[in-house]
Amino acid sequence: MAGQATAIGIGPAPRTAQRSQWEMALERFRAHRPATAGLLVLGALALLCAAAPLVSPYDPESVKLSLIHEGPSLAHPFGTDSLGRDLATRILYGGRVSLSVGLLTVTVAISVGTLVGTIAGYYGRWPDSVLMRLVDMMYSFPRLFLLILFGVFFKGMTLGVIVVVLGLLSWMTTARLVRASFLSLKHREFVEAARCVGARDRRIIVRHILPNSLAPIIVAATLGVASAIIAESTLSFLGLGIQPPTPSWGNMLKDAPSEMNLAPWVAIFPGLFIFLAVVSINFIGDGLRDALDPRHVTRRG
Amino acid sequence: MGRYVARRLLQAVPLLLGITLATFLILKAVPGGPLAAYEADPSVTPEDLARLEHAFGLDRPIPEQYLEWLGRFLTGDWGYSLATHLPVLRMIGDRLPNTVYLMGTVYLVTLLIAVPIGVLTAVRQYSWFDHLVTGATFMAFSTPTFWLGLLLIIVFGLNLRLFPLGGMGTLGSAFDVGDRLRHLVLPVATLSLVGIGHYVRYLRASMLETIGQDYMRTARAKGLMARIVIGRHAFKNAAIPLVTVAALDLPELFVGALVTEQIFGWPGMGRLFWDAATRSDYPILMGILTVASTLVIFANLLADVVYGYLDPRIRYS
Repeated sequence: MAGQATAIGIGPAPRTAQRSQWEMALERFRAHRPATAGLLVLGALALLCAAAPLVSPYDPESVKLSLIHEGPSLAHPFGTDSLGRDLATRILYGGRVSLSVGLLTVTVAISVGTLVGTIAGYYGRWPDSVLMRLVDMMYSFPRLFLLILFGVFFKGMTLGVIVVVLGLLSWMTTARLVRASFLSLKHREFVEAARCVGARDRRIIVRHILPNSLAPIIVAATLGVASAIIAESTLSFLGLGIQPPTPSWGNMLKDAPSEMNLAPWVAIFPGLFIFLAVVSINFIGDGLRDALDPRHVTRRG
Repeated sequence: MGRYVARRLLQAVPLLLGITLATFLILKAVPGGPLAAYEADPSVTPEDLARLEHAFGLDRPIPEQYLEWLGRFLTGDWGYSLATHLPVLRMIGDRLPNTVYLMGTVYLVTLLIAVPIGVLTAVRQYSWFDHLVTGATFMAFSTPTFWLGLLLIIVFGLNLRLFPLGGMGTLGSAFDVGDRLRHLVLPVATLSLVGIGHYVRYLRASMLETIGQDYMRTARAKGLMARIVIGRHAFKNAAIPLVTVAALDLPELFVGALVTEQIFGWPGMGRLFWDAATRSDYPILMGILTVASTLVIFANLLADVVYGYLDPRIRYS
């Protein structure tokens, strides 16, 4: 297929144009200071969490009753919890869970959303109306309520279940975005041209339309990571998500309401890391929006 | 417009049926079930269970059960709570005012704070104030609500002892406006912050877009005072998208803020849902979920209608 296109003479040209477009986007992203700062913070955080066993001398789960509710000190920078475990260590291990939930949930949500949006936008007609009614319906469900129902009935959820349930409840925005961009692109000249040289639906979708709809998908994915992290932490805070002793940023706060008059650090630090991660991701998302959608910037400027 | 509203209302019917059916099926599919409490009781024999199952109509086909539920629901018979044996409609009715009272205050506070800030940041674009506010809004909507609630309790409740830690009023004391208001401060602050962040951002973006329009230059060129240009020409147009956002937030008034109600011990809809979920109280769950999704659908419709009314350029076909 690629050979045919080159033979007609429309092969290499768009490629160079596209690369410079991404280069320009990268330049714009670098100029967005909060976004670069967010990327640095998030990167450092992810690295520290990934290297948790190397960074911390403590075990995240073993109970030390002689160290219950120690305040922050040099040995325990964020103090210890009600079972004498080092809070900083648990935050690092918990970060692995919380950040993975964020990334994996978005992977599920983006995959489903892109698939649904593609089918609805490209094929139109009845698949479109059926799928869009489904989207309307999914939007009308109160998401947190459903999550709580599942959490209660399964008596807490494992990482895998959270990812799947959360992902299946958050694909709708992506589906709408992808559908909208298919609707606006599918009758453009370059798509007609591809069809004229004999490209099949699949190739048109994968090689011609989807790459041109990437920008909104990337932005939605980034912001989706932030909202998934908050959703997971809320769920685990309520005791319905990741179950102790495995730490997650949310379930570390679970006992905070009853302990915070004795040991306020138990309530402060895990939440601070949720906040740090989410604010970084939101800044990155904002930077990506400016970088990928130049019109957005000129309108602001 | 009338025809548009009528058509949207008609479209809402299958949507609602779909949602209630899906909710019904989800509640049927999850493990547990309304008889779980009896199953765990060793003194209840299998024959008793079968009799209960028959009495509750649980042995009939699911489509039949759904239609029966739907018929009763439409005639105002929402069933009885399995835990308290009170009518579902009354239990929801008891809690609803508390949630509307909390969320209505949140709504008001959010708008009162967000609107002036949003307008001012747009007017002073790229000033130190704008940068400060932009940074602050990002922090505001990146803060997990439940964590903010905990922080406020630690600082203002436990350390400064300025506000009570929870509840709607001091138990056992007579009704007192000051006491009521003091109990309102922390939950409202917790719930408002995220909303303020979002609203300021929406308003700033839409103000900036409006300020860039030609008619704004005309208004300024003919010598109108800046206050009138901004207030009458820019804000009124810029507020239209905000109205949509505010309408879409309406269902929140009903479902409330489950987590915040939980932290502050606020006896509202969120707590009712939580209690019902932990006790597998299906009739209550079904009632709350149905009302909540109905509200979402009507809020959507309301948003579109209000938008069309405020902005005559929008014409629905």
